Amino acid sequence: MILSQIRELLNAELVSEQEAHSIDIKFAKASDLMSDVLAFSQPFSDRNTLLITGLTNKQVVRTCEIAGIGAIVFVRGKNPSAETIELAQQCNIPLLTTKLKMYEVCGILYTNGVSGASTYGDEEKRNEK
Amino acid sequence: MKNRVLFQQEFEIQGGDFVNAGESSCKIRNTLREIGINSDIIRRIAIAAYEAEMNVVMYAQHGTMKINVYQDNILLIIDDKGPGIENIELAMKPGFSTATEEMREMGFGAGMGLPNIKKNSDVFQITSKVGQGTSLEIKILLNGKNG
Repeated sequence: MILSQIRELLNAELVSEQEAHSIDIKFAKASDLMSDVLAFSQPFSDRNTLLITGLTNKQVVRTCEIAGIGAIVFVRGKNPSAETIELAQQCNIPLLTTKLKMYEVCGILYTNGVSGASTYGDEEKRNEK
Repeated sequence: MKNRVLFQQEFEIQGGDFVNAGESSCKIRNTLREIGINSDIIRRIAIAAYEAEMNVVMYAQHGTMKINVYQDNILLIIDDKGPGIENIELAMKPGFSTATEEMREMGFGAGMGLPNIKKNSDVFQITSKVGQGTSLEIKILLNGKNG
């Protein structure tokens, strides 16, 4: 699903200047623990994963850059600091913010076809067969 | 010459510098991408480097991170001057942490750092002296388990 569609579904605001229509999101993970995001990152990093989180500090953006995550949505109406936005722009990672809670965001995206990150690779396996 | 260093880089890490924490690891990631290393290897090195860098920032006064690229492996060496680790076996246990509230608020200190580094390494060595510091050696084979 294109990021701009996700933005509409979540009634979210784009808080950084990247173009939201250029990113195709297939997977999502939701966590406030950055070490868990790193520990369970996929063996490939083609930036088609979205991180759903309530943390807004710079380390969230760094974690996404390291783990190859393509975009971030901040939940519970949280707004990242200017520093976080600046880093996200440097790393080319779009930031969205929504008033919805984490559980609601997960539910909406899941029912609209965004898979959990643990299913990563299933599609490749199917294609190989 | 199999053991010739093809590429080498060294970074200084300042303890307590949460603002720039992770910058060195991101630089390593970008450099490895420029040299054309396989993306899965880069992801593993970047994660190990980032967790190690965060550990220095969170717990130590100062540290260095060196990366050496060889023909068949990449070696990351992180040395810090800091409190050291009293019980390494315990520190390696997922979930064990001595992190402060401030560290946890940043999304770290959940006790996954060292286990996460080990998980991404082919060879992992840790030595520590209480009151002096900790050293990590992380080796990732270029034709290793996931490469």
